[in-house]
Amino acid sequence: MAQLICRDLALGYDGCEIVSGLTFEVNAGDYLCVVGENGSGKSTLMRTLLGLQTPLRGEVIREDGLRPNEIGYLPQQTQVQRDFPASVWEIVLSGCQSRCGARPFYTREEKKLARENAEKMEITPLLRRCYRELSGGQQQRVLLARALCATRKLLLLDEPAAGLDPKVTAELYRLIAQINKEGTTVIMVSHDISAALRCADHILHIGDEIFFGTKESYLRSATGRGFAGGEGAAL
Amino acid sequence: MIFDKLAAYIAGYAFVRYALIVGVLIALCASLLGVTLVLKRFSFIGDGLSHVAFGAMALSAVLDVMLKNTAAGDFLQRIGEMPLILVITTLCAILLLRTGQNTKIRGDAAVAMLSVGALAIGYLMMHLFSTSANVSGDVCSTLFGATSILTLTRWEVWLCVILSAVVVAVFILFYNKIFCVTFDETFAKATGVKANAYNLLIAVTTSVIIVLAMHLVGSLLISALVIFPALSAMRLFKSFRSVTICSAALGVCCALLGILVAIGYGTPVGSTIVAVDIAVFALCAALGAVMR
Repeated sequence: MAQLICRDLALGYDGCEIVSGLTFEVNAGDYLCVVGENGSGKSTLMRTLLGLQTPLRGEVIREDGLRPNEIGYLPQQTQVQRDFPASVWEIVLSGCQSRCGARPFYTREEKKLARENAEKMEITPLLRRCYRELSGGQQQRVLLARALCATRKLLLLDEPAAGLDPKVTAELYRLIAQINKEGTTVIMVSHDISAALRCADHILHIGDEIFFGTKESYLRSATGRGFAGGEGAAL
Repeated sequence: MIFDKLAAYIAGYAFVRYALIVGVLIALCASLLGVTLVLKRFSFIGDGLSHVAFGAMALSAVLDVMLKNTAAGDFLQRIGEMPLILVITTLCAILLLRTGQNTKIRGDAAVAMLSVGALAIGYLMMHLFSTSANVSGDVCSTLFGATSILTLTRWEVWLCVILSAVVVAVFILFYNKIFCVTFDETFAKATGVKANAYNLLIAVTTSVIIVLAMHLVGSLLISALVIFPALSAMRLFKSFRSVTICSAALGVCCALLGILVAIGYGTPVGSTIVAVDIAVFALCAALGAVMR
């Protein structure tokens, strides 16, 4: 069952086109990885899928009753957050805000959900700690727990492993794969092609050539062979 | 003794009690919202809006002269200048927020433009339509709030009390949403939270606080009231909630102490409060450094 359909999307800023002719479909439970060089429009695509930006042409169709407040999002970290006085608990709980609507306070169920997601991301011992004092990997897990609180169906991740060391990165990918296995659709933007090939079942390659399909067909395609290099052989 | 003198003042003069009530309420509102403004990198919006409020105050003074002895003039005389200033400042706050989203003039440039523009036009108007012989004295008291808090009318005190109550209520009701929008606006928008509406709410609330605070510290020193308690609290605490509570407590204590010192020793109210704020900030910074 398709959750998200993009038809002939053209993306860019101020009428200046970065990428065009994007057509793809994401089904419930898929793990889609968006790869491509820097500046090829990966993050712009992400912003468009989130509804933060309107496409120049084409359309994004949400099927299957998917509403904007059912999408979780792990953004690239911004500088403002790094000196923000906030405890881990406050941040994880703020992911439930999209469920609140006009209601001023969180319900008991929402607090329970936040605790469960913190447990899932293995950050329960950190809940009282201050966010800015955590390591990069711990911070990403906190933001992932927050994204899980916001999601019911679809999770969008923008370069989740940026700036993390290999061991922590592997740990993060394991957690994301686990979330996917439990039934949440995952769309991940990454420039880390080898990780993408290890985790995802579908690949969207954007750049001069556009490819969309399963991982296996990507590895057989010319685009995939050129971009993944020796990685395909290793798999 | 100074304490006896203060006690006699408070018991004997209604204007001293008014000043204390209004001062504490304004400081509470300003320091509550200050945390958000500092963290959203909006410290200067407070400054810009306070200059706009100065321009609005000059405009209302001019209107006062021009409409003298008409029905509209009588009405203005009765309600005081605050409602007019409030409306103009709120409109500017909304305007500033709108231009922040539009890329033609960037946010900081728009704030700078509006603030110095309002300051200049305000001063010009005060000169052209001056009512008293001592224009520079008037300007000085508007900019630094020399005595205006000690000359509040009963109606202005009530307006202050009601508006502060509204600001505190809004802050408590929207506390979780304000946190969400302050910590990560993109995430909030992406997950379907109406971030723009809450930003607007923050801007409007800020303008209300600034208009209120003009009586306490004058338009040049308002930013101090907004940012110092928040920055002091951020030296000591590490969660949003504790920082907010600490900031409110510090703001109230500093204002109380500042007003009492100012009355006791006859110093200008606004700058005394800010001096106390600075001292507390230094103390908190030192404490924070020791605790780390």
